[in-house]
Amino acid sequence: MTGATLIDKIWRGHVVIGEEGEPDLLYIDLHLIHEASSPQAFDGLRVAGRVVRRPDLTLAMEDHNVPTNTLELTEPSGREMVESLRRNCELHGIELFRLGDRRQGIVHVVAPEQGFVLPGMTVICGDSHTSTHGAFGALAFGVGTSDVEHVLATQTLPLPKPRSMRVEFMGDLPQGVTSKDLILALIAKIGANGANSHIIEYCGTAISRLSMEARMTMCNMTIEAGARAGLIAPDDTTFEYLSRTPHAPRGRAWERAVTAWRKLPSDRDDALFDNAVTFDASSLSPFVTWGTNPGQAAPIDGFVPDPSLFSDQREKSAAARSLEYMALEPGRPIASIEIDTVFIGSCTNGRIEDLRAAAEILKGRKVAESVTMIVVPGSMEVRRQAENENLHEVFLAAGAQWRLSGCSMCLGMNPDRLQGRKRCVSTSNRNYEARQGPQVMTHLASPAVAAASAITGCITAPATIAM
Amino acid sequence: MKPFVSLVGRGAVLRIDNVDTDQIIAAEDCKRLAKSGFADALFARWRAKPDFFLNRPEYAKASILIAGENFGTGSSREHAAWALRDWGFRAVFASSFGDIFRRNALKNGLLAIQLDGALLEWLRRLVEDNPELNISVLLKEKTIAVAGESIPFTVDDRARWLLLNGYDEIEVTLTKAAQIELYERAREEWLPTHLPSRPEPSNVVRVRP
Repeated sequence: MTGATLIDKIWRGHVVIGEEGEPDLLYIDLHLIHEASSPQAFDGLRVAGRVVRRPDLTLAMEDHNVPTNTLELTEPSGREMVESLRRNCELHGIELFRLGDRRQGIVHVVAPEQGFVLPGMTVICGDSHTSTHGAFGALAFGVGTSDVEHVLATQTLPLPKPRSMRVEFMGDLPQGVTSKDLILALIAKIGANGANSHIIEYCGTAISRLSMEARMTMCNMTIEAGARAGLIAPDDTTFEYLSRTPHAPRGRAWERAVTAWRKLPSDRDDALFDNAVTFDASSLSPFVTWGTNPGQAAPIDGFVPDPSLFSDQREKSAAARSLEYMALEPGRPIASIEIDTVFIGSCTNGRIEDLRAAAEILKGRKVAESVTMIVVPGSMEVRRQAENENLHEVFLAAGAQWRLSGCSMCLGMNPDRLQGRKRCVSTSNRNYEARQGPQVMTHLASPAVAAASAITGCITAPATIAM
Repeated sequence: MKPFVSLVGRGAVLRIDNVDTDQIIAAEDCKRLAKSGFADALFARWRAKPDFFLNRPEYAKASILIAGENFGTGSSREHAAWALRDWGFRAVFASSFGDIFRRNALKNGLLAIQLDGALLEWLRRLVEDNPELNISVLLKEKTIAVAGESIPFTVDDRARWLLLNGYDEIEVTLTKAAQIELYERAREEWLPTHLPSRPEPSNVVRVRP
């Protein structure tokens, strides 16, 4: 018998019923819900006369629709969504972190920082970026509203086991290169469809040296490679992070848990993956997207590509289409593109390390007059931590806005959506057409690149800002 | 649900790869509590262009969307499937799909059907040349019948079984409640649970607009 992967081990441990020729019935340890994808699921339960099977394994958050400059729900449609969630949580006895609660924030930032996500767990949420939680060695994936309803009613999901892909990063990340650059470079290499129907396990030196925050950034954007989920084996970095969270197990329970977690990593020599990719991380530069899918990215010292030079017909027409929307001409240096907006935040890069990285660059400097910059902490806990470190003083002194927590400018669903033909350097995860507002052009980048770009008003490598 | 066995309809060709769910329906248009009424929001921004495929008279009666590669990538919003269904589509053909979209579509009786790239291209040309062509989708046989040809397709087996029988998946799973309960008794006691607590209002200051 061959060895088992981390994915195999978690999967096996959660199969309630596994029959040949049928999808496995998988038990879900944690169901995260929010106001944007749950109302119709609760309504389905009501119509069928069903109850929530395990409200105690369900945690609700207000994040997608909330404004970040006031605690009042200013948009009627957004308020309706949030109020619906409040009613549903009240009715079914589900814990809800409301706008104004000290613990509120983006669901994928809050659940890990509270210690609700542990290695070996299964986690789902009606949100594609649920893959974030794979950073803890949990199997976490996004689902639609029908599956949300299924999990509310049964705490399980019937699922065929996805294929597995091992992505190994060799070497160490160069100074100034972050896990955001690593994941953007990976997607650029394998494509926005490159891991379709797979679960990725990340490994290698570059990964094991990443902090939990950086690992969450990687796993978060795994969905942008088309994967179902992405995960990283738990190690001492994971345990150390968890030991500082308020809800991780304590005492004897902690010891038993760690013993179980240490058995989770893929068996070293003979674990079988369906696919494998290796990637040299040691010569990487910061990456920035130039197009309208996350695979269309280039090193910051590179150029906007010339679609006529693409050999693949489909990539050629996709690139031409993207450049038209992005109003970019081939051959232009990436680091010369002028921008007018900078967004730091989101479930991808709204954590304390991200704010520290941005503040380090902005310290003693000013945001260019042509640029509007907003900094949106991923949670109110991150916001408090940042204020304890006086990071907010740095942002405010530079002329950036210091906001409350929510999904904000990552998606055009709340008052932070941009208006008009704006060009934004964003630390979020999707550069789709109109993602941040009806005509907005988005360039995805790391917090350090975003901060450097805010200072100069054009896309800028952090290394060129004298430290 | 009514069983879904087969479908006969016309195709409409969308020659764009990597169509993400933000294009199918913008986040702003998802801010509703209902599961239907999203037809107007379908491809709303792209539809503003007169030559967009949905605006072409020859595709007015189409019920089969013939897309490209990686259709429905991105967000998990089921509203994308609802919007396509509300518009009148009952099937989407693509060479690959965003995984979450495919699952969502099938759960709403919108057949997400994967076709080999070369076959898909053949079919796209066929429909572009003759938009009035009738296409039959035979779910039981997992084949498409068109222009005298029979094309095999791939579709999720479980979804196919549910659709053919008109079963409600939750109802099916609830018949396994005893096994779920058995599983629950053996879960580790250190796994986290959440009970409703009183919200803790924080003293956040208003920020500069």
